[in-house]
Amino acid sequence: MLFHSILFYVFAAIMFGAALGVVFSRNPVHSVMLLVLTFFNAAVLWLMAEAEFLAIVLVLVYVGAVMVLFLFVVMMLDVNVEAAKRGLTRYAPFGIAIALLMVVELMQLIWLRSQVGDTVGGFVPNPEGYSNTKALGSVLYTEHVYAFEIAAVILLLAIIAAITLTMRKRPGLKVQNIAKQVGVRAKDRIRVVKMDAEKKS
Amino acid sequence: MNLMDFLAAAPEMTLLGLICVVMIADLFIEDERRVHTFWLSMISLAITAAVLQATSPDTRVVIFDGSYVSDSLSQVLKLGAVLFVALAFLYARDYLRANDLNKGEFYLLGLFGLLGMMIMMSANSLLTMYLGLETLSLSLYALVAFDRNNVTSAESAMKFFVLGAIASGALLYGISWIYGVTGSIQFHEIYAAISADPSLNNLPLWFGLAFLIVGIAFKFGGVPFHMWLPDVYQGARTPVTLYLASAPKLAALALTLRILVDGLGGLHETWGTMIMVVAVLSLLVGNLVAIAQTNIKRMLGYSTIGHVGFILLAIFCGTAEGNAAALFYTLTYVVAAAGAFGVIVLMSRSGYDVELLTDFNGLNARSPWFALMMMFLMFSMAGVPPFIGFFAKLNVISAVLAAGFPGLAVLMVLVTVIGAFYYLKVIWFMYFEEAEDKAVLQASTDTRLVLSLNSVAVLALGIVPGWLLALCIDVLS
Repeated sequence: MLFHSILFYVFAAIMFGAALGVVFSRNPVHSVMLLVLTFFNAAVLWLMAEAEFLAIVLVLVYVGAVMVLFLFVVMMLDVNVEAAKRGLTRYAPFGIAIALLMVVELMQLIWLRSQVGDTVGGFVPNPEGYSNTKALGSVLYTEHVYAFEIAAVILLLAIIAAITLTMRKRPGLKVQNIAKQVGVRAKDRIRVVKMDAEKKS
Repeated sequence: MNLMDFLAAAPEMTLLGLICVVMIADLFIEDERRVHTFWLSMISLAITAAVLQATSPDTRVVIFDGSYVSDSLSQVLKLGAVLFVALAFLYARDYLRANDLNKGEFYLLGLFGLLGMMIMMSANSLLTMYLGLETLSLSLYALVAFDRNNVTSAESAMKFFVLGAIASGALLYGISWIYGVTGSIQFHEIYAAISADPSLNNLPLWFGLAFLIVGIAFKFGGVPFHMWLPDVYQGARTPVTLYLASAPKLAALALTLRILVDGLGGLHETWGTMIMVVAVLSLLVGNLVAIAQTNIKRMLGYSTIGHVGFILLAIFCGTAEGNAAALFYTLTYVVAAAGAFGVIVLMSRSGYDVELLTDFNGLNARSPWFALMMMFLMFSMAGVPPFIGFFAKLNVISAVLAAGFPGLAVLMVLVTVIGAFYYLKVIWFMYFEEAEDKAVLQASTDTRLVLSLNSVAVLALGIVPGWLLALCIDVLS
């Protein structure tokens, strides 16, 4: 159990440091990279809490897809970092005040819970042969199947809406018509003219 | 659970399947033959309506582990929604063709919106309700921005989207509080939890409730969450406004009745007050501001806010009679709204949208029949007997009186009198002003026929309102 705790603190510390780095890094690309590191460490923590499915999904979806998209956007927009960072010191007191408020609220909640006495009794490992993925799937595809299907419909709708609003046929755009190119015959393009040999004069 | 149990959700499944068929088919239809998409969508709507009729439940059926309910209320609302979406498509067809907006996505997004409405009407849990609402809202955002070269459309879509996202957030926040207090997201369980433990009826639950009311008031367009409504009505192209003003109101009614009555019926005293404040403000602001409008779409937008005040006051009563009056009012209002926007769509020609009240000048000289139709619709909205709008208002007022609020009843009569002014103004313009443009209105035969039927319906229903009222009472008892 000690080894487990050490691992937890190591990964938690790396995650904390990386999260700070996201905010304080001067280069937005570095920020994105550090965010990837944060997500990865969060995934490891989930793995240690035996939530394997969530951990893998976090890496696959967030690190694999969302953060790559982020990186594209950051590189494409070429954000002026200096201008964005200028407000940091100005807004810092405000941010710290909100963070402190949240800490106080959390402490209060924990204190209240400890007074009542029904604190969650530590981490209980799952029994042998328990599959996190199976448990999640069995709820998702039975109890919540209706909501799950509607969510899929919403995604389809979002695709259609996005295409409706953005796809346009620009006039004067030079596009290859593959079917026409393939369907072309030699006789459409060149005319072979039979001629008698010219007499040498 | 037996596979046959899912049959209760057959209308939604059928519609989703047909949407996919229309979507694929539309890819292979060229722009000039886009009318095929229209007919495919109409056939889809007809099949959905047929399936709805075929699977009509005798009793209340709850499936999908309590997330879906099929009862007579959902049945009536869904049939109404299918009908009004079909009307919106039909009125939109010629306009879209004339204005170079003839894209299949209009019908596709409209069908998706209908699916969202049907999900809302059959929702038995807060999660399903929220997902249905998002399906509906997403298609509405895209529809409002449909004409993307139009700056006003884009602006109103942006407003609608941002404000709608905030309202959805408020709703979701309220839902999480309700879940936190009662421990369930299913309406009947929430109801049971509150009646089992009256100590739950306390500040945390009211806090969540307040956020739910914000979300509901926004989606309905009640003051002070109405800011988006006039701008969106004006900014969207007229067929989109027509779509927006008709069927989604039925979905908003379902949202209100399901959450407040089915789920939080035990909190009537608390939400009643909140709803009453929203309703009274809507009545006043909607009717007073509408007088100052010169744009017909904006005017009808404010008048919608006024009508929403009536619907919310009927729900405020908290009685079965009040709920029936709300359903009756919504159904009949939507008939009149669909017709009125239908006339506006019909009057718009290629490249010229009817926007101003003065565009109605001398309509009687141009097309006496449509002027008469518009007069019927305006009379109905104003609440002149024997049109159906009169009976709708009468029902709400008598429900409010029966619940013991004579002051509110007097207020409703007063705002009705104020509201009559701007409806009659339209009629004045049509009959007593000279037209600058003498062109006769052009319309294809089917549009002409259906629009006439729609307008005559407000008179016919007004002469025999009994069966519809009986249906509404029966559905909500």
